[in-house]
Amino acid sequence: MNKVSKDNFKQEKYKYGFVTEIESEKIPKGLNEDVIRLISKKKNEPDWMLDWRLSAFKRLENMSVPKWAKAEIDEIDFQDLYYYSSPKDFKEKPKSLDEVDPKLLETYEKLGIPLKEQKVLAGVAVDAVFDSVSVATTFKEKLNEIGVIFCPISEAIQKHPELVKKYIGSVIPVTDHFYATLNSAVFSDGSFVYIPKGVKCPMELSTYFRINASETGQFERTLIIADEGSYVSYLEGCTAPMRDENQLHAANVELVALDNAEIKYSTVQNWYPGDENGKGGIYNFVTKRGLCKGKNSKISWTQIETGSAITWKYPSCILRGDNSTGEFYSVAITNNYQQADTGTKMIHLGKNTKSRIISKGISAGKSSNTYRGLVSFHKKAKNAKNFTQCDSLLVGSECKANTIPLTENSSNSSSIEHEATTSKISDEQLFYCMQRGLDAEEAQSLIVNGFCKEVLQKLPMEFAVEAQKLVSISLEGSVG
Amino acid sequence: MLEIKNLNVTVEEKQILKNLNLNIGKGEVHAIMGPNGSGKSTIAHTLAGKPNYNVDSGEVNLNGEDLLSKDPYERSLNGLFLAFQYPIELPGVTNASYLKQIVNAHRKSRKETPIDAGEFLKILKEKSKLLDIPMDMHSRFVNAGFSGGEKKKNEVLQMDLLNPSLIIMDETDSGLDVDALKTTADAINKLRNDERSFIIITHYLRLLEYIEPDYVHVFQNGSVIETGDKTLASRIDQEGYS
Repeated sequence: MNKVSKDNFKQEKYKYGFVTEIESEKIPKGLNEDVIRLISKKKNEPDWMLDWRLSAFKRLENMSVPKWAKAEIDEIDFQDLYYYSSPKDFKEKPKSLDEVDPKLLETYEKLGIPLKEQKVLAGVAVDAVFDSVSVATTFKEKLNEIGVIFCPISEAIQKHPELVKKYIGSVIPVTDHFYATLNSAVFSDGSFVYIPKGVKCPMELSTYFRINASETGQFERTLIIADEGSYVSYLEGCTAPMRDENQLHAANVELVALDNAEIKYSTVQNWYPGDENGKGGIYNFVTKRGLCKGKNSKISWTQIETGSAITWKYPSCILRGDNSTGEFYSVAITNNYQQADTGTKMIHLGKNTKSRIISKGISAGKSSNTYRGLVSFHKKAKNAKNFTQCDSLLVGSECKANTIPLTENSSNSSSIEHEATTSKISDEQLFYCMQRGLDAEEAQSLIVNGFCKEVLQKLPMEFAVEAQKLVSISLEGSVG
Repeated sequence: MLEIKNLNVTVEEKQILKNLNLNIGKGEVHAIMGPNGSGKSTIAHTLAGKPNYNVDSGEVNLNGEDLLSKDPYERSLNGLFLAFQYPIELPGVTNASYLKQIVNAHRKSRKETPIDAGEFLKILKEKSKLLDIPMDMHSRFVNAGFSGGEKKKNEVLQMDLLNPSLIIMDETDSGLDVDALKTTADAINKLRNDERSFIIITHYLRLLEYIEPDYVHVFQNGSVIETGDKTLASRIDQEGYS
């Protein structure tokens, strides 16, 4: 019965695993003050930014990597990595797409992200980040007309220093933990978004991260600020070439929602997961945190995590404003030897704050998949409410699933509801679908997509179909 | 169209089918009756290719082709349909999208393009009406929380949509009240034609009163012990199997 599935597996595997043959310019390997000064210089940064980086680096020297995740992580030699890589002769960001190296345009075309505006998805603006630099941003002018700022963070540091200074590190403190601090010291590029008061951003904003160079880490930094009464929906996607080495990706993402503002942040994470024997793949150690600063504000995280050798991330919400809402919708799929330890933290500080957590973990092959979450009600969080639902689906008998939901409750008027299930795709279900003409892969994909439907529905429509396909492809070769 | 020759089948190390022989011609309706544990359902599962139903020896040809070497989905695409005694639930998968997907799998194997959404809806409405299935059932998840009757009707709906040449019904009458039984039997009778054959597995006479079989086989200890016409079914109903 496996005849078909095995063949498919070979064909489809990881279709983003190609390398763009482009000469790159790297800062010498190693993590030290000179490297940080060089990165800052490459970006033409003002002194305050360099000082901020250096202060982070000072703190880093006394910190060590966190060890508590349920994952076996090979030790990383932080001195043996490149911290900055850009296409050669990339002095300044091209003013228009005509100036962008055709090889780069081709790369994004191949990834399904055409950057020429006449070809792009209507209603989606894209910032394309290649290794350590942003190579193109679409629809920038159009967004500018309504006051929306959407640009690489390196550009925002130059052009909007007052906003960056005010908010960078305000949600994830420089000293938060090793990887967050590392990112603060060496971050290269990422996106910056500012939505002015009362503006509902008329298009989806998205950033597409691509790691290309070898032995190089990607350390992007994203900052999104939604001013009073505004709304924005933002999506990020990520891929990398197939390589035998493990590559490090350590990003920081900070979101700030002021009074009555709403931010919807979606991720489709498809970093190279390593091969079927667990060789290679990205170490995805990411810190994502949103601050519901204002009253009635709302931050919603949706993530589809299918890639990476190891995923270690907990997109969280700090619900400071009264009546604010935090949401976390997650699908995490692990196959072969992948390891995922992911979940969320909902920190309720304000009155009548609400949070909702829906997590769907799917493990196949010999992989390990852990949901780790914290719901915390502080003293002043009167009438706070949380609903948590964690479902795990096992494919085969060699994989692992864990659920670790923690709660802290210092408020006596709050309520937590928690539901958890673990199930297996049953042979009966597969046989039933196959009896109606679906092959083993199609049958499994139908059942798995059903299992994560609730979360997939939260994605912007333009990406929901892609995500469904991705869910199917990620599990290929696991039937059986 | 279906030839079963000297079929021996073991399930979990227990031999269930013993030297079974059965020939079914085009357009014929065969009923298989027998007491619990006689191996009736094993025939259905073996023909459909359920895992763990091990064929020790014997041959099965469907439309001149060897059936036993094919995967379950290939058997379906080749025209074999098994209506389950206990249809399986698929949480999160809406019935409409499931039905469309199985229809498209069959179209693809015939090298046809996927069905247009509007056209599919039209066909679905028509066929649902025949079975007295309300359209809102299709926005629910496949068989999840369906009543016994709804599940069985959903099976008959699928057999209607997929246009099979051999239909095996495994106790389709169980769990149906009298009205639902009649609606379902009427829909099945509409599917009868000169090309399509049926194997109806049942305990009771009542389904066979609505769907008249050409042959009735009595099954015991893994093989056919008696074959007759529909009057055999009435006799068994009155006298039992002994």
